Amino acid sequence: MTLASRTAAVLLTAILAFNAQAQDLRIGLASEPTSMDPHYHNLSPNNSLLSHVFESLVDQDERQRLQPGLAESWKAIDDTTWEFKLRRGVKFHDGTPFTADDVLFSFERAPNVEGSPASFGIYSRGKTLVKVDDHTVHFKTAAAYPLMPNDVSQIFIISRKHGQGARTPDYNSGKAAVGTGAFKYVEYTPGNRIILQRNESYWGPRPQWARVVFRGIKSAPSRVAALLAGDADMIEQVPAIDMERLKRDPNLSIAQIVSNRIMYLHLDHFRDDSPFVKAKDGGPIKNPLRDPRVRTALSKAIDRDTIVSRVMEGVAIKAGQLLPEGFFGVSRKLQPVAFDPNGAKKLLAEAGVPNGFRLTIHSPNDRYPNDAKIAEAIGQMLTRAGIDTQVVTMTSGVFFREASSGGPDKTPKFSLILAGWGSGTGETSSPLKSLLATFDPKKGMGGANRGRYSNPEVDKLIDQALATVDDAKRQDLLARAAEVAVEDVGIIPLHYVVNVWAMRKGFSYKARADEYTLAGGVSRSN
Amino acid sequence: MVFVIRRILQSALVVLVMSLVVFVGVNVVGDPVHILISDDMTKEEVDRFVRQLGLDRPLHEQYLHFLANAARGDLGNSFVHGEPALKLILERMPATLELAFAAFLLAVIVGIPLGMYAGLKPESPASRAIMAGSILGFSLPTFWVGLMMIMVFAVMLGWLPSTGRGDFMTWDGLRHLALPAINLALFKMALVTRLARAGTREAALQDYVKFARAKGLSPSRVVLVHVLKNILVPVVTVLGLELGGLIAFSVVTETVFAWPGMGKLLIDSIQRLDRPVIVAYLVITVLMFVVINLIVDLLYAALDPRVRLREMKA
Repeated sequence: MTLASRTAAVLLTAILAFNAQAQDLRIGLASEPTSMDPHYHNLSPNNSLLSHVFESLVDQDERQRLQPGLAESWKAIDDTTWEFKLRRGVKFHDGTPFTADDVLFSFERAPNVEGSPASFGIYSRGKTLVKVDDHTVHFKTAAAYPLMPNDVSQIFIISRKHGQGARTPDYNSGKAAVGTGAFKYVEYTPGNRIILQRNESYWGPRPQWARVVFRGIKSAPSRVAALLAGDADMIEQVPAIDMERLKRDPNLSIAQIVSNRIMYLHLDHFRDDSPFVKAKDGGPIKNPLRDPRVRTALSKAIDRDTIVSRVMEGVAIKAGQLLPEGFFGVSRKLQPVAFDPNGAKKLLAEAGVPNGFRLTIHSPNDRYPNDAKIAEAIGQMLTRAGIDTQVVTMTSGVFFREASSGGPDKTPKFSLILAGWGSGTGETSSPLKSLLATFDPKKGMGGANRGRYSNPEVDKLIDQALATVDDAKRQDLLARAAEVAVEDVGIIPLHYVVNVWAMRKGFSYKARADEYTLAGGVSRSN
Repeated sequence: MVFVIRRILQSALVVLVMSLVVFVGVNVVGDPVHILISDDMTKEEVDRFVRQLGLDRPLHEQYLHFLANAARGDLGNSFVHGEPALKLILERMPATLELAFAAFLLAVIVGIPLGMYAGLKPESPASRAIMAGSILGFSLPTFWVGLMMIMVFAVMLGWLPSTGRGDFMTWDGLRHLALPAINLALFKMALVTRLARAGTREAALQDYVKFARAKGLSPSRVVLVHVLKNILVPVVTVLGLELGGLIAFSVVTETVFAWPGMGKLLIDSIQRLDRPVIVAYLVITVLMFVVINLIVDLLYAALDPRVRLREMKA
């Protein structure tokens, strides 16, 4: 090798290395956050983006298992008190040290943000915080509360110094957006981009990226095009229809993981005269959906494999319960119900409706991946089993109002609906409480129980589980509650959504069950 | 002056009626509360949110409250973002104006010469090609053309960025602007071409053109002064209205190219039933149309000495 060529090679290597280092990470988001205030809107895109800048006492890993965050450890010291030991030596982005005062301040602000559309009060309620010393905080509750670490993991810790008197616009402008996270706020232009910069004095492992640029590209084909054109290094929420093509592309790679979101059907459990159930001749009929045999028949009439492979293009996993394997509180017994049209017909005959009946399924058409198409497929499958099913889909703004309280006296309006539920806490009590516990808005139970399913045994098991601090016992109680509710067909589980990211070759992403897109999880190999 | 005041009063009335229609309309369509809240919230938490937004009060009270605030220049806070609706819209207006004016200029600069050429030489093959092309410009759906342009120029050739906006009036900014501006301009270009052609064909047969030729003026002077000036009136009328449309409703192009403008904000707000933003947006749109119409009327007078503004009061 001549001197000249060697120099050239060294120079070239240096330039390449420099480029790789100096390069920003550019991420194309499907949904942008609505605000940079960490306590304004409890919404996945917000929580995902803000967890770069702010942290919680308890962290969730990519499968939503709890990990130490700003707290090094935590334990229940008696039935009604949890002790959190705070991490020492952590500094906010402005250099002020992080102490117990910031924790108390954050939990006080979180439920009280003016105009907050989805308040973080659901995680802070019922808890009294006591500062023991600068690095110890006690969380007290009236009764035993095992979900304390899960709840605590949902509340971002803000700086008391910058947060006092700060309103949502102060966070959007960056004035108050001072956290402890691995990245610092640089720019937030709603509708355009969000720029973050590495926090060089971060207490944890240093991320690979000096600067991260997030751009909202809501239209799915445009998002894919931005990746193909090299304008984004990674995109989230890859549309199912493009999966095959992206997988084949040698310049791209894919990261995927089963999510915490289940797609399910809710049935009218509470009315003898259900508005969208009619006899075959169009006359009135006593609501057959209240008979567990009929509900099982519906479940058996659905071919989940076909939905997963044809409608979801393989980007889903068929479901037999409320959360996929590996999450806390799932049952080992429950399996997806097999497609069995003859069994379904037999059960309908046993239940006294051998010729079926007429039914309407309602579904949103812009909320979940392929929601309207799934409803159409189910309509056809039920019709084949003898239940003449009409499919009605609508925009989610209308759907959720009607499905929750569109009927007389604010009751649910529909007889059979398709919906989805993602478990923010990453364990089974979340879907049990919201979808299957008896509707009781005062207690915060059954908030999304749009079929008004009510089973005293399930309620009892949920109450017991929520009062059991011992993890192993609670796991069993939750699994048992799920078994009772699902065997009674309180809801019909369809499939779990799979989260998919696509990135340029050489990049990799630690795919997350909670749909979060975190720059810290992206690495580059070459 | 009287003319201008009358116009302003008329537009105030339009704004008032429009805001009432939107208020009632959004309420009929759906309930923003159900889109925004999370299902884990207790009844008290939901009630508190509803109270803070004022959605617990009867609709007519909400509307009167809105009017009282609007009179002071406050169009309300976005339900979704918690910031003043007007601020959200004005923040995104520069991006939309940049895109709309770029598209507008393209349409005029390309459309008028093509149309005049086709009008002067209607039988030539080039003219036939221009007219066939204008039909395509009319009939191809914007989102499809946009995606095809991204596929060809960004993905396959890699010449231009696929989505987003760069800084204003920089090389990077212009590169980002090129595809969305062309995409948005195509339809208008086709429109201008056809208008210019029709006008030119008509003007070319007029006596004053024949006279100008007979006087021995150069062909370029005949075309650029005598013909051009006379075809401008219909072109300006239509373009004035179309410019309003370009600014207010470039929703599709903004969505396809992830252009951070007002159109994207509008479509997001409609999906989330963010009523304050929708109302504020339409109020601004109506005002803009009124202003543009006013300018068009004034331009008429400048272009055509026969038009006098006082005649238009009738």
